Amino acid sequence: MKNTSHINPLENEAIYIFREVAAQFEKPVLLFSGGKDSITLVRLAQKAFWPAKIPFPLMHIDTGHNFPETIAFRDKLVKELGVELIVRNVQDAIDQGKVKEESGKYSSRNSLQTTTLLDAIEEFKFDACIGGARRDEEKARAKERIFSVRDDFGQWDEKNQRPELFDMLNGQIELGQNVRVFPISNWTELDVWSYIEKEEIEIPSIYFAHKRKIFLRDGLIWSHSDYVYQEDNEEVLERMVRFRTVGDMSCTAAVFSDAADIASVVQEIRDSSISERGARIDDKRSEAAMEKRKQQGYF
Amino acid sequence: MEVLKIATAGSVDDGKSTLIGRILYDTKSLTSDKLEAIEKTSKQKGYDYLDFSLATDGLVAEREQGITIDVAHIYFSTAKKSYIIADTPGHVEYTRNMVTGASTSQAAIILIDARKGVIEQTNRHFFINNLLRVKDVVVAINKMDLVDFSEERYNEIKADFSELMGKRDYQDQNITFIPVSALKGDNVVNRSENTNWYKGQTLLEHLEDLDMAAVSNIGTPRFPVQYVIRPKTEDFHDFRGFAGKVYGGELSVGDEVVALPSQTKSKIKEIYFYDKKYQTASRRSSVTITLEDEINVSRGDMLVKVGDLPSIDKQFTATISWMDSEKLKAGNKYMVQHGVNKVLAKVDAIHHKINPDYSGIDKEVSALGMNDIAEVSFKLNKPIFFDAFKKHRTNGSFILIDTKSNSTVGAGFILAP
Repeated sequence: MKNTSHINPLENEAIYIFREVAAQFEKPVLLFSGGKDSITLVRLAQKAFWPAKIPFPLMHIDTGHNFPETIAFRDKLVKELGVELIVRNVQDAIDQGKVKEESGKYSSRNSLQTTTLLDAIEEFKFDACIGGARRDEEKARAKERIFSVRDDFGQWDEKNQRPELFDMLNGQIELGQNVRVFPISNWTELDVWSYIEKEEIEIPSIYFAHKRKIFLRDGLIWSHSDYVYQEDNEEVLERMVRFRTVGDMSCTAAVFSDAADIASVVQEIRDSSISERGARIDDKRSEAAMEKRKQQGYF
Repeated sequence: MEVLKIATAGSVDDGKSTLIGRILYDTKSLTSDKLEAIEKTSKQKGYDYLDFSLATDGLVAEREQGITIDVAHIYFSTAKKSYIIADTPGHVEYTRNMVTGASTSQAAIILIDARKGVIEQTNRHFFINNLLRVKDVVVAINKMDLVDFSEERYNEIKADFSELMGKRDYQDQNITFIPVSALKGDNVVNRSENTNWYKGQTLLEHLEDLDMAAVSNIGTPRFPVQYVIRPKTEDFHDFRGFAGKVYGGELSVGDEVVALPSQTKSKIKEIYFYDKKYQTASRRSSVTITLEDEINVSRGDMLVKVGDLPSIDKQFTATISWMDSEKLKAGNKYMVQHGVNKVLAKVDAIHHKINPDYSGIDKEVSALGMNDIAEVSFKLNKPIFFDAFKKHRTNGSFILIDTKSNSTVGAGFILAP
């Protein structure tokens, strides 16, 4: 556009993808975790359909172990947007005996989300689930398509993916299949943060430096919380930290930081040399951790 | 920030993953945890150098077989540009991945092993990038360290490659030769001490200097309507906005336009990007357009400027890159997805196939198999609005969808009605 200061090819691409989803699918849903990537998705969806409202609901798969700040933020945002929010709880799947809670030092509810997600897709007959995954996050994600077809069991068949040429997105599916859609596939962590800064998008307070009770294990900073298993010899410390990525409390590590506003966060990301998923405890389990979870239907 | 998409092509063991890893390493784009993982794995395997290919080879199967089997995307940025590299395999079976990678790229890097020189697969790598009209091609002559950084060897390969260039259809392609060693880092990001005879730029210097406007395919403006926005709220009671992306050129408020297929004329009343109005929608911007008159426009329709119509036809001939194990035969029916428009199509005739070594064509052809490239005519059940691929990269391309499996089974580049 002329008389705009800045044309962002990534933003134009994401808006295009959102419009393709609305046009090609009958029951799309935006998977909302309360993290910065899904908040960015919401802004892009607003831009895609303005002056109309976002033409699909948001859904949160709640592990029950979220940071309270994220939940408060989620509820406020949904109210402002005037869109429907669907919440489905991992706790319900545990109570019904569908999944078994992990135990021990590295226990987390992160991988248990898959069952609840697949159940919700079936319950609402969603044919497209929009998520904030990015290809730069992790090696297996780097091969993911923008429209990624999943079978009845939510499985990802990485050897049989549809080629994606030019801008053309093929959303043709059979009954029972669904498509995972990733509008910000081509964004990097820094692209997301720069966009949040430029657009002045509000994000949960835990992304900024704050004083928190933590403990150290395997070189990572863990939150001291009822949801996180902690051994007796792991000493509780109080430090200035912030989160670079926000998952469930049991799988998200903090970084030491004094970055208390968006400009200093962007600067910190620019200077930093640890990748974002380096702070995800779930990926440290094994080299192929992400790929295995994806084959089982994880986002 | 400008974004440059780059496709890569090379045969197995030409060192493509190593080259990408080297770029990431020398631009300090590898984060400390990734570098640590590379150091750890290289040591475990007993290498006496860092195996940068580990930075990109993602899938378990790839690690087991030590090859890249699908398109992976790698991101890095400098102060000047953001880069997206599509790491596409050079295996002869995987033409489809190369076509896919090249379709969204403005630049390509073709790797040649300096010891082996131009081989049959180099023909294919060059031909595909030329067919897809990738504007800027760098021929990286790799493993120069293994031929003692010989200028003579470099010139030999350059001469061999230049012979291929004579045969190309797309003559406006910029081609640059660079002698590199991805493993040792010569002329990738930093200039080499070992090639004093080479006066050109390093690979990264070349990419940094590319002018984005010059490597983009600019044609006439085409506006395929993706979605009609009708808010039906009190504030926007009569709002009817046509949402889409502008391809080829610009559109401005006041432009006289024709809606296709109805051929109804109107004028552009407003251009919105989100909640702000603009005078002009630039190329590749995702905007919402309103018109002066209430005319019937829906998804799949196209707005173009008066006097600048594309071909409107129920048949066309195209170069097809076939990507499926089920064969394409005359009489078969497919769904053609042309931009956001979908129509049913029937294969009218297969005219000829391009020989796998690009030495010529084969006219005796009854079916196309995986990785074949051929000239094919189609008949459609209703007209589409297209340009020749050489005039308009977006409006001249389409994909073929199998109506039973719903898979994308081919890509096409329109030659003529």
